[in-house]
Amino acid sequence: MKTIVGLEIHVQLSTATKLFCGCSTDYRDDEPNTHCCPVCLGLPGALPRLNKRAVEYGLKVAKALDMRVPEESEFARKNYFYPDLAKAYQITQSDRPLAVEGTVEIEDDEGHEKIVRITRAHLEEDPGRLIHIAGGSKYSLVDYNRSGIPLLEIVTEPDMRSPQEARRFLNKLRTILEYLGVFDGEREGGLRVDANISMEGSERVEVKNISSYKGVEKALTFEVTRQRNLLRRGQKVARETRHFVEGRGITTSARSKEEAQDYRYFPDPDLPPLRVAGWVEAIDLPELPVARKNRFMAQYGISLNHARTLTGDPKLADFYEAVAHVEPVLAATWVADTLLGELNYREMSIAAVPAERIAELIALLRSETITDAAGVQVLREMLDACAAGNPCEPPAAIVEREGLTRAAEGEFTQVVEKVVAANPQAVEDYRAGKKGALNFLVGQVMKETRGRADPRELGRIVSEYIDRGGV
Amino acid sequence: MAGTLDFSPDDRYNAFITTCAEAPFGDGPLAGTAVAVKDNISTAGIRTTCGSKILDGYVPPYDAHVVDLLRRAGAAIVGKTNMDEFGMGSTTETSAFGPTRNPVDLTRVPGGSSGGSAAAVAAGLVPMALGTDTGGSIRCPAAFCGIAGLKPTYGRVSRYGLIAYANSLEQVGPMARTVEDVSRLMSVIAHYDPRDSTMLDRPYNHRPSAEVKGLRIGIPEEYFGEGVDPRVGESVRDAIGVLEGLGAETVPVSIPGMRHALAAYYVICTSEASSNLARFDGVRYGPAVDTRKSWHEAYQDLRRELLGAEVRRRIMLGTFALSAGYAGQYYAKAQVARRKIREDFGRALREADVIAGPTMPTVAFRLGEKTDPISMYLSDILTAPANLAGIPAISVPCGRVDGLPVGLQIMGRQFEDERVVDVAFAYEQEVRA
Repeated sequence: MKTIVGLEIHVQLSTATKLFCGCSTDYRDDEPNTHCCPVCLGLPGALPRLNKRAVEYGLKVAKALDMRVPEESEFARKNYFYPDLAKAYQITQSDRPLAVEGTVEIEDDEGHEKIVRITRAHLEEDPGRLIHIAGGSKYSLVDYNRSGIPLLEIVTEPDMRSPQEARRFLNKLRTILEYLGVFDGEREGGLRVDANISMEGSERVEVKNISSYKGVEKALTFEVTRQRNLLRRGQKVARETRHFVEGRGITTSARSKEEAQDYRYFPDPDLPPLRVAGWVEAIDLPELPVARKNRFMAQYGISLNHARTLTGDPKLADFYEAVAHVEPVLAATWVADTLLGELNYREMSIAAVPAERIAELIALLRSETITDAAGVQVLREMLDACAAGNPCEPPAAIVEREGLTRAAEGEFTQVVEKVVAANPQAVEDYRAGKKGALNFLVGQVMKETRGRADPRELGRIVSEYIDRGGV
Repeated sequence: MAGTLDFSPDDRYNAFITTCAEAPFGDGPLAGTAVAVKDNISTAGIRTTCGSKILDGYVPPYDAHVVDLLRRAGAAIVGKTNMDEFGMGSTTETSAFGPTRNPVDLTRVPGGSSGGSAAAVAAGLVPMALGTDTGGSIRCPAAFCGIAGLKPTYGRVSRYGLIAYANSLEQVGPMARTVEDVSRLMSVIAHYDPRDSTMLDRPYNHRPSAEVKGLRIGIPEEYFGEGVDPRVGESVRDAIGVLEGLGAETVPVSIPGMRHALAAYYVICTSEASSNLARFDGVRYGPAVDTRKSWHEAYQDLRRELLGAEVRRRIMLGTFALSAGYAGQYYAKAQVARRKIREDFGRALREADVIAGPTMPTVAFRLGEKTDPISMYLSDILTAPANLAGIPAISVPCGRVDGLPVGLQIMGRQFEDERVVDVAFAYEQEVRA
């Protein structure tokens, strides 16, 4: 049974001001209804005035996704009543969107490249937000701070074949948006998704308003199971709108009333048609993820996997380029594998890490002043300091203070003797040809010497010592 | 120079919804001049109701652009004038604050929807007033009350702060006893405002000139046909004769699209209104919604109770005209008719410099006379076309029929407001002299 998925993605554009007025978009953590004016409150008589920057951001995305920008596009009113919708209509684009017909390249489930077609992208305003106070208050509160935040709605063709593909598409799209500098990935609710999913030949179900990438994969996975089970039992999939219940990882049927909506779209008479096709040529695109990934492989000689990871986030890619000069391949391993793992563990952002310190650390590793194990120890100390908001000590100082300089060969003879003597069973196992026994012994020596020796070298020393007959 | 104007008019006409007993004023070309403002134009700190209960108690936190310009010109804003609820009417009888009476004959309507502004000027309570014109709402009451009123070219005056009825049709405009004062007030309010995206930067700085020699005046047969009181037509022809006496010539022109004008006009204005007026839900301003009900039910009840019958009728008409399955038949067709009318006027205004005809097909109705909505809608037949075409149109008094004023309407090319003012001025100067 073939799964067919199409997405509608609402992206909050990171302009300084709202789509149709001068109110600041940076309202997070501020009191409700403090970023409002007659326009975004929909006061009688107020008129919308289009934010040029939002149009430029939309066109940037259009260009990056290889879209066509029609000579003329148009704003329309989408009419419906809801307390968070100040004017009782949303200004959006309907028949004549800003841009049409683009593509995004992703990997399919077999790891092959595939194209997801983009149907259209259009500008619209975000509504306000209803706040329901816990404990069964008889009021709902309305916060219009979000009212008028510019959104770019990007609609795909039904080109994805699994929930995993949908997630990969979203990751790819988010990366492109971040590269373009039109979207702040750290904003909560900055990207919201409606997903259409069907089994080939069956009715389509729309899952509305999913607010995280993981949520999209979860909701779609749930739907695949639900729809397949229905069909297996000989039942039909109903064409309907469903809501994703994030906490439980399930979707539930929305009331049919909502589907019967007639939005009575018509061109907004307050806004003249938009003629901006001529702006596209002048837009300078930054190097996009695919190009940067290819350049990283060619310029730095690093693996596809490392290049993919490092270019998956523009800030991470910039960080890598700031430390790559020490030794590109070693730097790629340390940034993409070690550093990223440590950051995830601490839920830290790469922005909090001083690149020059990491460059110094990589230099110490390259000159074999310290071992990898000691490198990890130093890295952790530095990150802990950064996370606590303390100044980040130079790695050389930590090495000095902690005495982590790589040991010279003869330095561990005593430790080796001691470990071998204390573990006769392991020695016997080693002699019996069990590989794990040597690793165990080396581990014991590492522990005693706090990682100051290179484990490969230690392996050689320990085995030679036993082979020489030492017990 | 700046000071306060005491304003306590003898308002027997119910021309005002709100008056300001002490109106502050500043320096400038209108220093100390009392100006009345129609109650659908936002005034910071002064209640603005649109003649509706649903906005009773609403005090805007900001000034409309035109009000800001008035204040900066030194004018004293002395009150807010009565109007048909949300501008929906041609008599000022649909106001939730009671009808306004025509100062010329208290048993007659002043016309509408800017009836309060027209009556205040005609009665001499103020020398000038702002009205708004969506389908004739400045020109109709100007004609009925015997004053002058200009509907500017669409895009010449900022709509920022004008509480929208039909955005693509309406303009704020000046009303006064003389064309000269209409022109003076126009010079104050017609300045570019980037907040209105449908506006062009074409300020009006003009002193009227009475020179009409060689002017070609187009006479459209449609403006003198069926439904037009022949005595009104006669007065207007006489007035055009006066202009000919001053050296103008007349040419016959035709606006065949006129037969679709009213239908197109009512579909477009009600469609836009159905969307514009949806925001009046009692959540943010006006009488508060009943929070004990579910929001959907509360909205319905509030709107049913606080919106008048004519407003509800037009909201329903517009909602229907935009509905899925019907929008093609109504909204889209109306746009086609509108384009046709625009083209007709474009052609006629290549053959002539201005077009002249009656403003209204009749003189002022008796209060309560128009009970059937269709016959009320028909009275907009001669004014609504200028709104559909976006062209400037002025009404200037030209004689009387049965002792009631008749209006001569002069329409011109887009952004040639100066020319229609000049023609009206030439006529006015000639008959006054």
